[in-house]
Amino acid sequence: MNTVGRPTAPNAVTAKPATLTGARGLLQDEHLIFESDGWGKTGVDLPEPTTDGSDLGDLVRRDPIGLPGLSEPETMRHYVRLSQKNHAIDLAIYPLGSCTMKHNPRLNEKMARLPGFSDIHPLQPISTVQGALELMDTLSHWLKTLTGMPAVALSPKAGAHGELCGLMAIRAAHEASGEHVRRRKVLVPTSAHGTNPATAAFVGYTVVEVAQTDDGRVDVADLASKLGDDVAAIMVTNPNTCGLFERDILEISRLTHEAGAYFYCDGANFNAIVGRVRPGDLGVDAMHINLHKTFSTPHGGGGPGAGPVVLSAALAPFAPAPWVVHGDNGYSLIEREEGDAAQAFGRLCAFQGQMGMYTRALSYMMSHGSDGLRQVAEDAVLNANYIKARLGDLMSPAFPDGPCMHEALFDDEWLKGTDITTLDFAKAMIDEGFHPMTMYFPLVVHGAMLIEPTETESKQELDRFIHAMRLLAQAAKAGDVDRFKGAPFHAPLKRLDETRAARSPVLRWTAPQGTNIAAE
Amino acid sequence: MRYLPLTPDDRTAMLSAIGVKSIDDLFVDVPGPAQRDGFVDLPRVAGEMEVERALSKMAGRNVAAGSVPFFCGAGAYKHHVPATVDHVIQRSEFLTSYTPYQPEIAQGTLQYLYEFQTQVANLTGMPVANASLYDGSTAMAEGVLMATRVTRRNKAIISGGVHPHYVRATETVVHAVGVETQALTAAIDAEAAVIDAIDKDTACVVVQTPNVFGTATDVTKIAEAAHAAGALLIVVVTEAVSMGLLKSPGEMGADIVAAEGQSIGNALNYGGPYVGLFATRDKLVRQMPGRLTGETVDADGERGFVLTLSTREQHIRRDKATSNICTNSGLCTLAFTIHMSLLGETGLRKLALLNHEKALATRDALAAIPGVEILTPRFFNEFAVRLPKNAAEVVSTLADHHVLAGVPYSRLAPDAGMDDVLLVAATETTMDVDIQILAKSLTKVLGA
Repeated sequence: MNTVGRPTAPNAVTAKPATLTGARGLLQDEHLIFESDGWGKTGVDLPEPTTDGSDLGDLVRRDPIGLPGLSEPETMRHYVRLSQKNHAIDLAIYPLGSCTMKHNPRLNEKMARLPGFSDIHPLQPISTVQGALELMDTLSHWLKTLTGMPAVALSPKAGAHGELCGLMAIRAAHEASGEHVRRRKVLVPTSAHGTNPATAAFVGYTVVEVAQTDDGRVDVADLASKLGDDVAAIMVTNPNTCGLFERDILEISRLTHEAGAYFYCDGANFNAIVGRVRPGDLGVDAMHINLHKTFSTPHGGGGPGAGPVVLSAALAPFAPAPWVVHGDNGYSLIEREEGDAAQAFGRLCAFQGQMGMYTRALSYMMSHGSDGLRQVAEDAVLNANYIKARLGDLMSPAFPDGPCMHEALFDDEWLKGTDITTLDFAKAMIDEGFHPMTMYFPLVVHGAMLIEPTETESKQELDRFIHAMRLLAQAAKAGDVDRFKGAPFHAPLKRLDETRAARSPVLRWTAPQGTNIAAE
Repeated sequence: MRYLPLTPDDRTAMLSAIGVKSIDDLFVDVPGPAQRDGFVDLPRVAGEMEVERALSKMAGRNVAAGSVPFFCGAGAYKHHVPATVDHVIQRSEFLTSYTPYQPEIAQGTLQYLYEFQTQVANLTGMPVANASLYDGSTAMAEGVLMATRVTRRNKAIISGGVHPHYVRATETVVHAVGVETQALTAAIDAEAAVIDAIDKDTACVVVQTPNVFGTATDVTKIAEAAHAAGALLIVVVTEAVSMGLLKSPGEMGADIVAAEGQSIGNALNYGGPYVGLFATRDKLVRQMPGRLTGETVDADGERGFVLTLSTREQHIRRDKATSNICTNSGLCTLAFTIHMSLLGETGLRKLALLNHEKALATRDALAAIPGVEILTPRFFNEFAVRLPKNAAEVVSTLADHHVLAGVPYSRLAPDAGMDDVLLVAATETTMDVDIQILAKSLTKVLGA
């Protein structure tokens, strides 16, 4: 048993009297900027303008806008104080399953900030952005090689945007062959991310669910029974959201292609197989790659992401503009649907996509090299299986037989009779200094707890996490309900009332009545 | 492999704890034919120094905006970003955090998103804003889809002043669900032309102000006409700083505002990541796409913030969701909100005036060149000129002389018949000497 953790005296008296100010030591309360005294203040020194905008006549904005200003030191303090109320991967393991919170190398940040990348305009003459196009071309080469696919569309701005891109390419291919009128269904397993059915519906398809087997995989018989000449595509996540590799993937792709449909693979979990398995070898026609997940671009509190899509030869002609080509005169950009690009299905965003993420991802790829990326997948899978093995006796793995891939999935069977829910357990993890795992997803597993350690956790950190999880599990089983029901007790805030927020939404600050401050 | 902490001994011990002999035993579910040994045509592990050298070399082949006289706009603008902004967004607790699914330990993110929503609402003059979308162009597409949901109508009328790439990005997405678009012919100053196109099927009219030619328009009358026909008005703004000087979309009657927020706090980045601002009226909030942060209390009654109204979203409603979006531009919203907090209302208004002032000075310098015609009647920081030569060729020649003179309109819309039109933008970063160099070199190129 590993007992690595914070050294504390077990018998210390820990009763804490309330503080006089409400502050908790270094943790300061921090009001909103709108509650500061910054009306009329600014933290930026700018020269005095010589014009007053009067040439614009009645187009000029006269009323107060309602924007407080802060001096530079006040700004720093405001945001540093806020930052101290956040968990982050740089603080500790962040075991959210299906979200892949791995180390974010600072070299990536440094590279993305080179003025030659960050300070260039999307519509500069092509002759002045040759290095940027070279970077996009190099990144494309890596993505195509790692996936074994002949083409890539870089521009989607997030994983879900990539799904949209892939399904629109599939739709365009069916339109080109005249089959779109007939093929109006997309098959999606019950365990899929919510974005999969949402995307299929968004592109105008009817979503048909495919059942799952008892061992957590796509039910091939059910899939086969639903495949027909009215199906446009299937969407399968592989490794899937139960953290398992779809063993029958070759059969799934064969059946799909036989039915004249395309195989869309949700590549959110590519980090589990990168360097060991090429999706192209599995018969995939389109797959988005969340650069932030597999290639370590930071999640930044929820975004921005980037979701390039690799495409099979059949779908490549339909890729959206723009894309990079290389000729005798260097690199150029195909920006329109004409000539060789006449079949492109359109354009997904104003410019070239998430250049800042391309830089970070390429920096990560080059740092690892092809050999290192293979090690990435192996360590991610090893870490997840280690957690599954070390917690499997106390908690109930959803699929105990055989290895998992990069994430370990438990259900709430082991909490039966304790009056403690998955949510309670997760909140108690906060008190022990950990970010909770993903809860209640995938939906096909009751009270799901999905843990993804990633490859950048050391054995020591894993052991620290396992130690805490075991203590918590034992406490739950021992009937220590109070530890869980009101948790967290040691976070910046106690349990938040989410129902109240949704029932009567307050989505912005407004000035208290009777004050003079314009808010709208 | 400096990012991988496991040692060979760790791996051996862990395999043993799992009860398998080798790592291959953990990949048994992968069919044999799909297992690969490695990739010979990709480089192997590289140290920090090597990566830095390779990428710096690529960066060096680009001409950075700050290194030359620079006048490109058309939806992306070079502004000065205070050093504080980039410092704060690189703090670990912001940079390396995730979507605030556990609000008790994500109040930092949730509070800044709430502040961002308030700033965007006030800036656009609208009652509510979301926590951002991918960028301005995707926000416009989402706006059109939202308008069709709200009105249960199926057609969008798009002004000829809307950025052609925004139009194309919108058409691409909305046509897939059967929404019709009617994009009017490109014109420098013809926003009001959309009024004549409104009919009983019109879900929304989309106008941009300042438009892609820089023309600033009071769209109040367009709003009235749209509302009279039961349609919504979507106002697109590609230069967020303009709202510091010009009447807000809300003041002019917008129902939905889809704007690009890159100008505040975010670098040019060759087109991304940017930050889509999206605001609307209170009664439409449940049809709004994207994330929302709301105020609530914790178990002790302390104020706190959570992600809310998620019942519109894909993880709850799946194929019935309002949109398939499951992220926002988190870190870009943070950059926006920090820069905006530094500026405050005083700073923003001053910044906007400085932009306007530099653009006026640039216009005056170009107007003095024989053969150059100023086309845009009223503008904020960008305007269109007609040149006596092909604008793309002029821009290319000037680029060879280290001047980035602007964006030829033909780059955005080659078929519009405006090959001689050049879009010129100036910002607070434009120096008087830059304007002189532009005027001098343009005179030279045109005079040849």
